Amino acid sequence: MSLYQLQKFLYELNRSPQVQEDYRGDRARALARYDLTDEERAALASGDIGLVYVLGANGQLLMHFAAFLGMPWPDYIQAMRDGVAKYGPVRAGIYAMTTGMDEKVAGV
Amino acid sequence: MSLVFAGICSHAPGITGRASMADPQLRDPLYAAYGRMRQELLASRPDALIVVAAEHFANFFMSNMPGFAIGMGERYEGPIEDPAWLGIGRTAVPGSARLAKQLIQEVMQTVDVAYAEEWKFDHGIMVPLHFLTPDYQVPIIPVNINCQGPPLAPLHRAWAFGEALRRAADSVSERIAIVGTGGISHWPSTPDSGRINEAWDRDLLGRWERNDKAALLSYSDTETYRDAGQGGFEIRTFICIAAAARGRGHVQHYAPIPIFAVGCTVGTMEIAA
Repeated sequence: MSLYQLQKFLYELNRSPQVQEDYRGDRARALARYDLTDEERAALASGDIGLVYVLGANGQLLMHFAAFLGMPWPDYIQAMRDGVAKYGPVRAGIYAMTTGMDEKVAGV
Repeated sequence: MSLVFAGICSHAPGITGRASMADPQLRDPLYAAYGRMRQELLASRPDALIVVAAEHFANFFMSNMPGFAIGMGERYEGPIEDPAWLGIGRTAVPGSARLAKQLIQEVMQTVDVAYAEEWKFDHGIMVPLHFLTPDYQVPIIPVNINCQGPPLAPLHRAWAFGEALRRAADSVSERIAIVGTGGISHWPSTPDSGRINEAWDRDLLGRWERNDKAALLSYSDTETYRDAGQGGFEIRTFICIAAAARGRGHVQHYAPIPIFAVGCTVGTMEIAA
């Protein structure tokens, strides 16, 4: 796992219009600059928010990736739940899920 | 001159970005409380406003993460987020490089602090400014305490940083206001977003109102993470303000608003000698 590199991509995507343009144009090429595992690379390339969450991405980075992908807030929240259901608990970082799968504490 | 105003407030992006999803009966009293804080802040006639924030990887990352940082730019830009997502238009915010340099030099007498001539404001600063200085007429001195990427500075260092900021504010001829922004208990940007530990929040705010240094510094990060989530690490900003102001605090507003992901807080603190 190279969580630092995964998060570095998200950090640079959030900050840089050039990285955003690169990702829109050719995702694999944009990600080639980062030392990622195959699983991380596939998750970022496909925009699989649920898997990126389970891999341990900090939510403060991840929520902007979801917004960049055009995902409304309720869909973003649900995508993370779906990720935990599909891939299992969050594997690293400090953004583990602590509520139940159907709890929806904010109604979404 | 001296410190002329001190306060705290929430900065969650949902406060502006998800405004339409909130119950107006919860949302509007919060907005009104921000409005009263704005009036009190502006009545103090500040020449500059220090915003002690807990930014979210807009400028600082684990490649080179400062525990404490102060902006030293002539101007800043924000928000870094999509303006439509945040509900705040992108704008230039005035700073004061000269004043910031003076403050930094004094802070450095006791606290090693990074400085930055470039700084993109994220919601952690833009949401408070949206309510407190919506015309962006007051020069801003941005300050950051790393609350996102552990290891984090211990709470007693956040206190020492607040003391240093006070000493710095008192050392310049300008009238300085200071506002700390952060969440209390919250689990932001996760499926738990909206979980709020109200009892923990109210206990923390009681300690803050009493300006009880020992009680404020008694939390361990392990306890905070367990009881208040990763968002709870942002109590460092409130602790910093208590150390800077030294007086009694007054929580003007507190209400959990789950769709905003936080117990929404507005407070002011008396400035003691």
